[in-house]
Amino acid sequence: MARLIVLGGGVSGHTAATFAAEWLGSAHEVVVVTPNSKWNWIPSNIWVGVGQMSKEEVTFDLAPVYAKAGITYKQAKAVSINPEGSDSIEKPFVTVEFTDEARLGQSENIEYDYLINATGPKLNFAATPGLGDANGLGEFTVSVCTADHASHAATELEKAIEKMKAGERQKFLIGTGHGMCTCQGAAFEYIFNIEHEVRKAGVRDMADIKWISNESFLGDFGVGGLHMKTMGYAVSSKIFAESLFTERGVEWIIGAHVNKVESGKAHYELLDGTMGEEEFDFSMLIPPFAGVGLKAYDKAGEDITATVFAPNGFMKVDANYAAGSYENWKASDWPSTYQNPTYANMFACGIAFAPPHPISKPMSSPNGTPISPTPPRTGMPSGIIGKAVAHSICDRILKGSEAPLHEASMAHMGAACVASAGKGLFDGTAAAMTIYPVVPDFEKYPGTGRDTDYTFGEIGLAGHWIKHILHHLFIWKAKLKAGWTLIPE
Amino acid sequence: MAGKKEEANIKAYSQNFTTMTPGPFAKWIRTCVVWQAIRFIVINIKMLVVVSKSH
Ligand SMILES: Cc1cc2nc3c(=O)[nH]c(=O)nc-3n(C[C@H](O)[C@H](O)[C@H](O)COP(=O)(O)OP(=O)(O)OC[C@H]3O[C@@H](n4cnc5c(N)ncnc54)[C@H](O)[C@@H]3O)c2cc1C
Repeated sequence: MARLIVLGGGVSGHTAATFAAEWLGSAHEVVVVTPNSKWNWIPSNIWVGVGQMSKEEVTFDLAPVYAKAGITYKQAKAVSINPEGSDSIEKPFVTVEFTDEARLGQSENIEYDYLINATGPKLNFAATPGLGDANGLGEFTVSVCTADHASHAATELEKAIEKMKAGERQKFLIGTGHGMCTCQGAAFEYIFNIEHEVRKAGVRDMADIKWISNESFLGDFGVGGLHMKTMGYAVSSKIFAESLFTERGVEWIIGAHVNKVESGKAHYELLDGTMGEEEFDFSMLIPPFAGVGLKAYDKAGEDITATVFAPNGFMKVDANYAAGSYENWKASDWPSTYQNPTYANMFACGIAFAPPHPISKPMSSPNGTPISPTPPRTGMPSGIIGKAVAHSICDRILKGSEAPLHEASMAHMGAACVASAGKGLFDGTAAAMTIYPVVPDFEKYPGTGRDTDYTFGEIGLAGHWIKHILHHLFIWKAKLKAGWTLIPE
Repeated sequence: MAGKKEEANIKAYSQNFTTMTPGPFAKWIRTCVVWQAIRFIVINIKMLVVVSKSH
């Protein structure tokens, strides 16, 4: 009997673990190590953050789902990996620390034959003074990155709306909280959902809403922007984004590295080197992401973290980490099998794998401060990669250790993305987009880097309906209800 | 003054002076249920094509 351990039960790890359990059956064991007792459909946190959904609607208990799937579930966080075992343990193992009440703080070494690291991001609030510290989110801003954060954000938003109803103007500042952030799409959704809600509350004229981000142009989204085919033109996402911001009366600050947050004020540096500050009454700033800080040790107990992980804490995979400057980047730099180059039975998927380099062109201010988006790994690629990795491992367990690995490069894969711009059955809107491929390939598609036959976008009520249906569909799938394997990632 | 409501946010030589802005029809069509029901089908097909090319 072989044992596969999946670290992280989020979008990517849950997909990998549930498919692996389905394909392997009861002859082999799948173990999931994840610190939360609940699964969270993170994209709908945006609606929790504006009070349009409850925390309960976007989460569910993992234990019964894993029991049904025959998956061994450890509510714990991984601390370290010993890919060669140790002097007292022959096989590779992971050291975990339990997070459930019954075993809080206890640890265990779990041996494995194959390992998937799907631990997602560490929300690195501590990178910006005042945005937070090692314990997480600070007191001056809100967040929508977790369901709990989003519930808190909704309470604060409600207070701001009450103040506006009482005649007090409110300043909203939404965007990214550091020069090296990704996930601009989530902030984009949140700012327009806030705008929609304050309009619905009849206080739009009392709200000054401003965007701040590290993008060098509006609509970069960490993918270097995209060109969408509209009315015979290939139109840049910059035009669409600026149009929407203008229409909804939202001002923007771009090319900004937020370097300090204090009560009611954010300090920032711009790409031209100038410094500025922006006051706010309500602010949601996405933190930068890092790896979750797993350690690795060899058989002798020597620290080999730098061999297994990149400096940002994400796990090294089959990417080209020596591509150098932007001019040298190629689509083929991007990983396809997600296998660790040192340990063949170790893989990483979703946000946990170390990308070879950003997608957007790196930029820095004359002061040397890097200010440009890091690459996003959104839900669809995270799910597809998780499934491909699970497929590779299952083949190696069932067909032999030389079975070919499955490939899922972000340079050959598209993504469908629906960005909410306000919730409502008849007055909601969302930007429905597809991008193909996610990582531009300027050799194959000279000019825009993408196939404009498959890269499109439009805003409307239909997009909102799709977003709402996807909410139910993906929760249905994650709960392993009837037909779940037929629902694509 | 006879200005168009949907162009009121634009300020000369400000950051939003150089973009496109939707008129009343473009805005209305976004939440027109009949048109959006058609777009719902079209967008779903387009997305399924991209999803199938990606798996
Ligand atoms: C507010 C918001 C809105 C978003 N909206 C969209 C959207 O509309 N569309 C879209 O495609 N994408 C969206 N995304 C991005 C999407 O959520 C991510 O792409 C996706 O969650 C990445 O999957 P993952 O499995 O890599 O990470 P996660 O889903 O974050 O999962 C990581 C898991 O690992 C666990 N973990 C952490 N540390 C450890 C440890 N030490 N040991 C074991 N487990 C650990 C975590 O608890 C978590 O369960 C959004 C993100 C945010 C924050």
